[in-house]
Amino acid sequence: MNNAPSSVVSASKLGLTFETSDGPVHALSNVDLTVNRGDFVSFIGPSGCGKTTFLRVIADLEKATAGEITVNGMTPEEARKSRSYGYVFQAPALYPWRTIEKNIALPLEIMGYSAADRKARIERTLDLVNLSGFGKKYPWQLSGGMQQRASIARALAFDADLLLMDEPFGALDEIVRDHLNEQLLKLWARTEKTICFVTHSIPEAVYLSTRIVVMSPRPGRVTDVIESTLPKGRPLEIRETPEFLEIAHRVREGLRAGHSYEE
Amino acid sequence: MKPDSLAQRIIPVLTILIAIVAIWYVAAYFMNAPFQRDLDRRAGVTSSTMEFIGKTMAQPKPILPAPHQVVSNVFENTFLRSVTSNRSLVYHAWVTLSSTVLGFTMGTLTGILIAVGIVHLKALDRSLMPWIIASQTVPILAVAPMVIVVLGAINITGLLPKALISTYLSFFPVAVGMVKGLRSPEIIQLDLMRTYYASGTQTFWKLRVPASIPFLFTSMKVAIAASLVGAIVGELPTGAVAGIGSKLLAAAYYSQTIDIWAALIAGSVLAALLVTIVGIIARIVDRSMGGRPA
Repeated sequence: MNNAPSSVVSASKLGLTFETSDGPVHALSNVDLTVNRGDFVSFIGPSGCGKTTFLRVIADLEKATAGEITVNGMTPEEARKSRSYGYVFQAPALYPWRTIEKNIALPLEIMGYSAADRKARIERTLDLVNLSGFGKKYPWQLSGGMQQRASIARALAFDADLLLMDEPFGALDEIVRDHLNEQLLKLWARTEKTICFVTHSIPEAVYLSTRIVVMSPRPGRVTDVIESTLPKGRPLEIRETPEFLEIAHRVREGLRAGHSYEE
Repeated sequence: MKPDSLAQRIIPVLTILIAIVAIWYVAAYFMNAPFQRDLDRRAGVTSSTMEFIGKTMAQPKPILPAPHQVVSNVFENTFLRSVTSNRSLVYHAWVTLSSTVLGFTMGTLTGILIAVGIVHLKALDRSLMPWIIASQTVPILAVAPMVIVVLGAINITGLLPKALISTYLSFFPVAVGMVKGLRSPEIIQLDLMRTYYASGTQTFWKLRVPASIPFLFTSMKVAIAASLVGAIVGELPTGAVAGIGSKLLAAAYYSQTIDIWAALIAGSVLAALLVTIVGIIARIVDRSMGGRPA
């Protein structure tokens, strides 16, 4: 990590309003946030709090209707066009007619990497997500957890130092999720990427993050930003420590303060 | 799940076939009996029940020929005649097949082109789609002779006019299926392309086209059968001298009911063959695209 942290994502007074037939929906309002290089930032909140929308604004999949946001010092559109982030969706979104290695090759083909470079990168990223030897399989031959790992490998294959992850483990069972969380932390340490991670699981957010952004709905806004005091090396057992439970408690308090448990 | 064995798949089909043949025989008896009774009375013959039944199944121009009469006619005209003979079913089937395949090929290409246009240009989507649907409500039997007469007037005769009727019938399922197929990628798959800043061409070739392949083959199965119908219809009203359609017309003209049924059977066998071939190609393509074995 850099000693002088430079901001990767910087949002001020960011707002996004969807015009629907039932009137305007304020998905995001007045969001001020900075994500620094090397951070692992989690966005947590109930559904409708705008956490996914915020991620999609960073990725230029949605356009903000108010305020400012820069990604790597550029507008989100410029950042997308210079391919400065990898995006991991809720579902693996692997193309079923491509093998795993061909799926990882997809962004590389689009971005014009040479065949030799593609091969080396596929091998390296498959190893990063512990899927070496599965390159020739088709997606349906892999379990859900393995498919999601393949989709992470796909997002890591090209040179983007920002990784945007939208509830990537939301559809997986708890045992697989624990395992993948542990792997993700190791991967983060090895690649030194900046990660923005959307989740609705408190333990997941606390376990993974250097910062936790607590959000609440109607309108979607940031209610608390918690700096984690946990060390960088985190075994799964850290979740039993008082320190961990204290942060988890604060996250829960933040969610409650945002009235997110209403209804 | 264990895949069905061959026997498990054939037995149900065979059962239905036997049922159809049985019903057919019974129907043949009742349809042909009045005429046979008439004949017997005039000739002053009295025959036992079994003899009488036998005779209803052996008339030269029965109202409903018995299955074995049709089968022997098909066999005779398929295997015992030179394939260049005007009486050979193989010859007639070949004539129909060639215009079917030509028309199907042109129809499939037209359908794909139309679909690509519709998916990419909003103006085409609005302007073309209603016409495409309207085109299929026109009774083809009324259009076919006009197509052939008009093209004949500008000296286009032979294979092409018939093939055009097949094209007319087969482009529709392909166009509709491909529009659906090219639009089948999920939002998440399209978003992924957007995050890569992929060009429209890249998204088309790497996502829309592969996603549309299963839709293409499904509609091609419908289209090839429609092409065959188109080719036969194209032969019917136009005084064509060869092809399943002209065989049907000639046999009807001379009340050769057995020949009509034989030509029908030849047409059905042709249709089944063509659909099966498309199905096999679909399976091979699906396998090569990582399809999960069924």
